[in-house]
Amino acid sequence: MERSPLGQTLLVQALAVLTGLVAGAVLIWLTGGDPILAYGGLWEGSLGRAASVSETLVWATPYILAGLAVGLAFRGGLFNIGAEGQLSVGALVSAWVGFAVQGVPWPLHLPLALGAGALAGAAWAGLAGWLKARTGAHEVITTIMLNYVALLGTGYLLSGLLKDPSPFVIVAQTPKVLESARIPALFADLRVHWGLVLALALAAGCWWLLFRSTIGFAIRTVGLNPSAARYAGISVSGTVVLTMALSGALAGLAGAVEVLGVNYYHTPGFSVGYGFDSIAVALLGKSHPLGVIPAALLFGALRAGATRMQFVSQIPIDVISIVQGIILLLVAADELVRRVYRIGGRRPAVSAERAAEGTVARSWGRAE
Amino acid sequence: MVDIVVALLAISIVKSTPLVLGALSGTVSERSGIVNIAIEGMMLAAAFAGFAVAIQSGSLLIGLLAAMLSGALLALLHAVLTVRFAVDQIISGTAINVLAVGLTGFFNRQLFATGAPPGAMVLPRLHVPVLGDVPVLGPILFQHQPLTILAVVLVVVLHYALFRTRWGLRTRAVGEHPLAADTVGIDVGRLRTANVVLGGVLAGLGGAYFTLESVPHFEPLMTNGRGFIALAAMIFGKWTPLGAWGAALLFGLTEALPVTLQIQGLAVPYQLVGMLPYVLTIVVVAGLVGRAHAPAAVGVPYVKGQRS
Repeated sequence: MERSPLGQTLLVQALAVLTGLVAGAVLIWLTGGDPILAYGGLWEGSLGRAASVSETLVWATPYILAGLAVGLAFRGGLFNIGAEGQLSVGALVSAWVGFAVQGVPWPLHLPLALGAGALAGAAWAGLAGWLKARTGAHEVITTIMLNYVALLGTGYLLSGLLKDPSPFVIVAQTPKVLESARIPALFADLRVHWGLVLALALAAGCWWLLFRSTIGFAIRTVGLNPSAARYAGISVSGTVVLTMALSGALAGLAGAVEVLGVNYYHTPGFSVGYGFDSIAVALLGKSHPLGVIPAALLFGALRAGATRMQFVSQIPIDVISIVQGIILLLVAADELVRRVYRIGGRRPAVSAERAAEGTVARSWGRAE
Repeated sequence: MVDIVVALLAISIVKSTPLVLGALSGTVSERSGIVNIAIEGMMLAAAFAGFAVAIQSGSLLIGLLAAMLSGALLALLHAVLTVRFAVDQIISGTAINVLAVGLTGFFNRQLFATGAPPGAMVLPRLHVPVLGDVPVLGPILFQHQPLTILAVVLVVVLHYALFRTRWGLRTRAVGEHPLAADTVGIDVGRLRTANVVLGGVLAGLGGAYFTLESVPHFEPLMTNGRGFIALAAMIFGKWTPLGAWGAALLFGLTEALPVTLQIQGLAVPYQLVGMLPYVLTIVVVAGLVGRAHAPAAVGVPYVKGQRS
């Protein structure tokens, strides 16, 4: 299979991002806004000051983990669209361990809370993997449905069983997690915390797992060609369940890190939007564990800066979703970008290799 | 008791409307070989466009046209990306969903920052002559707002069209074996594009249900996964309009049940009954997909002159 050189891929990705930002500016301008003022706010809120950079990193931390989750599943030929649900389940369980388990020192309590969140996410996604392996139910539908079940289920628990009993708390949220379960900050006075280091370490871990271990080989082989994998003696259904569980564990951790490192409690609706954002991060990073990091930083910066942008320019925050959607489209349709910017010479609209690549859509509605 | 059952079934029919239209949208698209998971986004965009245009123009009918047009435009984008550029159909669908969330949220805040303007209306309830007067069946099927009745009519029309017309035969041929269809002179790309766009129009009608028929206002993310449940209905219905209708009715029933219980004065936590359609979707997809038969070429890009 012909592969384009890394430099060219990076150029195409960068142009996709740039085009998305320009399209956003045009939209702001067309609707009577001032794109320079808006993007100035975006810059100020994301990179302009030390505190802004810290906010970008705070946003990027769960994006790295959730992006790794989706990317890992992609490598295994699975489309985990349910990071959002896994994230909220992970957040809920880690919050519960964080406030309900008492009298444990932090070297034990924190890993326990993080592990519980990862486990919960793994179970939630593993269910979809098991259903796929067992019955062929497409994970796109099951994981989306599980998102809604998770959202409603956590909402139910947060307004009932797990609600903060304090008479001063009227909204649905858990009690605050104990000091012993909190992730310490990296620097005094800034919100960026050690979860970032954990996320970066796990990105390296994922790289090793995917490209240097037997399990990773199985995951990638099943992703590229399930029949070949079966012929080579790899258990396809076992690998599918494992891939989904690992993916869910990473997404669950993303929720756990957010609860234990930033908010210290869990509240309904906190996970909304992470699901699609993490897909965009994974695609932008070409589903490569190390590519996910810059993609997550970019999306973190966009999210961190969006609030400031809305404040200074009154441009609705949603413009960021539009920019992300366009970037996602252009990254998926890289052929389009190559043509518009005339990269890589003239080629046919669709190269044969490209069409032959394993597509996510191919396994639609059929049992393996 | 009969009254309660009739009311329950009538509400099920109403609640199933966006699911029926969404499932029909999926069916015409997938029968030609293109997976469309952007039905959710198309419905959301159509719900907003229909509402905004109806407010600006003062005409529900023009709003309805705008809803259909917005669905068709997003579908055209999906078709161009997947047919012409062979972009992965699921990824293109996801991108369109993200785009629809962003666009509707953005323009909703730009146009209706101070809340929906007063005076917005919904389509009037119709009483189909003769059929509407039939006892039991009349109130269940024929005393509804226009989109709900249209959805039922479209089920019959599309079922006939898919299995008894030239277009239907060609659609199925292209979805099962594009190379064979190409050999006998069918333009695979063009037919797929046309079907996806037709699916967009149907999804647009489904979206119009939310703001022109159900409630006279728009809320961000108001489609709430209906586009995906519609896909499950399509699979449950084995990619046939009549089957999809039956499945959509079942999902509609799970939505109507809590409403009816509430009217009867039974208090159940809304989060738990709210899970019903989603859990049922999982059960249905898990229980039936292995046995259901998807169009053979669905999801696979077709490139002329290349063996698959």
